[in-house]
Amino acid sequence: MTGASPPALIQVEGLAVHYGPVQAVRDARLDVGRGEIVALLGANGAGKTSVLAAIMGLAPVTAGLVRFDGAAIHGRPTERIVRLGLTLVPEGRRVFPKLTVAENLRLGAAARRRHDGAAAALDRVYGLFPVLAERRSQDAGTLSGGEQQQLAIARALMSDPKALLLDEPSLGLAPRIVDAIFDLIPALRAAGLTILLVEQNVELALAVADRGYGIAGGRIVLEGTAAQLRASGGLERAYLGLAG
Amino acid sequence: MTDLLLQQLVNALSLGGIYALLALGLAAVFSVLGLINFAHGDLMTITGYTMVFALAGDLPFAAAAGLGIATAALAAVLMERIAFRPVRNASTATMLLTSLAVSAILQVLFQNLISARPKAVPAPAALTGAVDVLGMDVGAIQLLAIGATALLLVLMTLFLRRSLLGVAMRAAAADFPVTRLMGIDANRVVAVAFAISGVLAGVAGVLWIAQRGSVDPLMGFLPVLKAFIAVVLGGLGSLSGAVVGGFALAFIEVALRAFLPEGVLPFRDAIALSIVIAILVVRPQGLLGRRVAVR
Repeated sequence: MTGASPPALIQVEGLAVHYGPVQAVRDARLDVGRGEIVALLGANGAGKTSVLAAIMGLAPVTAGLVRFDGAAIHGRPTERIVRLGLTLVPEGRRVFPKLTVAENLRLGAAARRRHDGAAAALDRVYGLFPVLAERRSQDAGTLSGGEQQQLAIARALMSDPKALLLDEPSLGLAPRIVDAIFDLIPALRAAGLTILLVEQNVELALAVADRGYGIAGGRIVLEGTAAQLRASGGLERAYLGLAG
Repeated sequence: MTDLLLQQLVNALSLGGIYALLALGLAAVFSVLGLINFAHGDLMTITGYTMVFALAGDLPFAAAAGLGIATAALAAVLMERIAFRPVRNASTATMLLTSLAVSAILQVLFQNLISARPKAVPAPAALTGAVDVLGMDVGAIQLLAIGATALLLVLMTLFLRRSLLGVAMRAAAADFPVTRLMGIDANRVVAVAFAISGVLAGVAGVLWIAQRGSVDPLMGFLPVLKAFIAVVLGGLGSLSGAVVGGFALAFIEVALRAFLPEGVLPFRDAIALSIVIAILVVRPQGLLGRRVAVR
């Protein structure tokens, strides 16, 4: 917590997620302040994706609470949460492969609170990702991995969100593309977004994040500023089971 | 000989149209929910009984047909709301059994509240007659079936390509959670899929009933079974596959009926299904289906 600062945009307290009898997240607590970039770090299977899914109402929250912009959102349907201005770029991109790039973006705009700005939002994302403008009538399934990741981010931006949850944006991409995407994250913050970033690649994530949390076995086991986490080095990383 | 071929072509196209409409409705629901709705055929029956009552109330045939189609659409939406929504996240087997239960309940209701015996649905003379097309006598009802199918397929394509809800339905078929992540209301997509399946079953019902001239409680079973075969043949989960499968099945059936020797004719359904199985052995994913992706 940052002391007496205004309440965080995203607050998670005592969160538990169960998939049937399997508990994926236990008593997780984290917050993301307005305009912050916060990294959630952990090994494969540590529960990172489950935390994001629970925030978005895509995974069953069995205990605890999630607040966004002061309102309790746990238990609300995903489509309502998105309409409040919180959205997720899912792991593995999950663009709609048989829809064109333009159709993917059109769906992205469906969550807008005001529909008059959709054309301007489209111009903005085409400016941000020129390759998508070139391929607008191509099926998303025919794009390269990097282009699909750009499309997934662009699709999320079409709803003009206040906060963006990014799940493993570096996964399976060439280093050059990863660099481009991680250059984009501070630019999105500069444009007013709040970002919660899930990553296995610690160096990459801490290079752009203000603060970070470490998660292992479904619990938050580590918390600090990016500088603290960078300096803390090997021990915690070994504990988190992280490479790099 | 050409006349016979053309006549059989018309038969296959009109029968295929009915199969295609039914299969498309089944596939629309399956693509968003993973549910094969075996109560789909009972929507045809509902259309039929609505027409019986409307005609008894002296409504003209076209108005009775329109009312029958609207009732089928409403019944499909109610079916989803009452029976399928509570089991939406249950296993496929649970949903399948639910649809069989809905079908059984409806059939018992028809038998006890209306009649176990067929009720006549007299089609107007304009529909039972023949029309001269390029010197060939073609049944008016067959022309209507072909025309109605073509029109509905065009409208359906426009809906799926142009409207936001149509694009959302195609997206939901590929990835429902991410479609919700776009802010698309899941209940609305599912309700629209059912409403569409109801309209398609209603139109297929009107065409089916106009040909046989009556409606009975178990009428929907055979066509929905054929439609299910068409869906599998075309590729489970593919909408265009359902249409192709419907026409393919009708072409196989009509060809067998026309060209099999007299002695073998009683076995034509068995032969037709054997051909379908042979196709599926070669292409297990169906004619237009893609291989099942592991998520």
